[in-house]
Amino acid sequence: MNELLRVDDLHVRYGPVTAVDGVSLEITPGEVLALVGESGCGKSSTARAIVGMDKPAEGTVLFRGSDVPKLDLRTRRPDFTAMQMVFQDPNSSLNPRKRVGDQIADGIRAAKARGLKSNSPQEWLEAVGLDADMVGRYPHQFSGGQRQRIAIARALAAKPDLIVADEPISALDASSQASVAAMMRQLCLDAGAGMLFISHDLSVVRLMADRLMVMYRGKVVESGSTSLIWNDPVHPYTRALLSAIPHPDGKGVLPEAPAAEAPDEWASHIDEALNRVPVSKEAASE
Amino acid sequence: MSAVLSITDLSIEFGPKGSGRTVVDSVSLDLTAGRIQGLAGESGSGKTVTAMAVLGLLPDSAKVTGSIRLGDTELLGMPTRQLRSIRGMRVAMVFQDPSASLHPQITVGSQLTDHVRHHLKLKRREAKERAVELLARVRVPNPEEALSRYPHQFSGGQRQRIAIAMALACDPEVLLADEPTTALDVTVQAGILHLLRDLVAERDLAVLLVTHDLGVMSAVADDMAVMRHGRIVETGTREKLFRDPEHPYTRELLEAMPDAQESEVL
Repeated sequence: MNELLRVDDLHVRYGPVTAVDGVSLEITPGEVLALVGESGCGKSSTARAIVGMDKPAEGTVLFRGSDVPKLDLRTRRPDFTAMQMVFQDPNSSLNPRKRVGDQIADGIRAAKARGLKSNSPQEWLEAVGLDADMVGRYPHQFSGGQRQRIAIARALAAKPDLIVADEPISALDASSQASVAAMMRQLCLDAGAGMLFISHDLSVVRLMADRLMVMYRGKVVESGSTSLIWNDPVHPYTRALLSAIPHPDGKGVLPEAPAAEAPDEWASHIDEALNRVPVSKEAASE
Repeated sequence: MSAVLSITDLSIEFGPKGSGRTVVDSVSLDLTAGRIQGLAGESGSGKTVTAMAVLGLLPDSAKVTGSIRLGDTELLGMPTRQLRSIRGMRVAMVFQDPSASLHPQITVGSQLTDHVRHHLKLKRREAKERAVELLARVRVPNPEEALSRYPHQFSGGQRQRIAIAMALACDPEVLLADEPTTALDVTVQAGILHLLRDLVAERDLAVLLVTHDLGVMSAVADDMAVMRHGRIVETGTREKLFRDPEHPYTRELLEAMPDAQESEVL
């Protein structure tokens, strides 16, 4: 069994609301899967259920073949520290009263507990593009973008097999989003880990994800190869999403606006839109 | 064409005298009727503070120098009482978060009619007609019925449309729009950008559009200014700045856009 993560028919409910309505996915080592969609589509709820922050109402989440236990106040079992998270707001993952070097060292300890070697805090800071001699500083001494790099370093220091990143770049200034996303991909590949990257921004994601899943109202409406979906979307919702992106080309072209708010066809199920693979590659792998 | 609103040599300093921090440094900008002037920059560049200064919405501790002229009227240093007759009437503002401009416990109808009755001295019935007209103009579905609903009963995009309707209620000459689509989903944003463009053309509005999003800028701005550390580093028409940016910082911003990176990382 090659896959790191296998999610089958996941449902997440909050009271009467079904946030995630039958999502299945798998991630293999060295692969970046992006989950994209607009607010309320269920992408973050999917991530929360995968890491154990929310309990699935139905369906299973298997990490390396075992059920992911619900996160609580107790320390996570060492084998599950091989799954690490990065969130949108680095302030929610960093301890404001602890030096950043010590926080990265926590990650290193998690790696050691699983019998793995990790680099020093200094080396991790350098890996994410910061100066090694910043280890003695506190989070408030960094800008928002630098703090997010530290949160990424802390997650990587635990030598994860899988990183689940929920909108890790959307709080950053536009000019650093693409470069941080590319950095995350590279560090992930270098470590041979897999990554689930959640974002509302297709234009950034298409530069760094091997596969895409587009979610709408709790369901995956289109999935498969990133370049196939970006260049030739099949599902009407994906088409609307892509044509609504304004391109910074200076041409003064208004992006296409949907004719109606949330038309019914956006929720339609289209078999051909799912699990799309490039024809040549498919033939080659057979 | 002459400027509707002229900002000249505007500087803004926060904090105690002497040790203050200059957040806006000698900024000059002209807004022209029927055109959208974009103001781009990253967080902390001073673009929002510049827009706020126009309406005198800065805290008292801010030290503001320079000139902001609306037609023949100097707005800087104008007493608050007088400024109130300009806010909403001649210069209106739309913010990133529409909830900031809408009262959560008052129906959309009351908010719109109070507003036009107060400023334009309309009778109740006239005010209601005008409110329906405005909501229809910004394409809120079933405007009559929408009047009796509360802001939370609308989607984020509809709320921003209502906030725009309120801003336009008194036929202002100038609209200041601070990241008006940043909190919206991209499919909703597209609709708001269309609306903005249409309104500028039909009402001859002069717009200051503050945004960090160069995609949005490219879609609707006629002219552009790029701000960094409180200073405008480059100005020009949209075509000029995107095609042939002169300042290294403008170039850096454009090159960082995912669109510029056609050679995919993969």
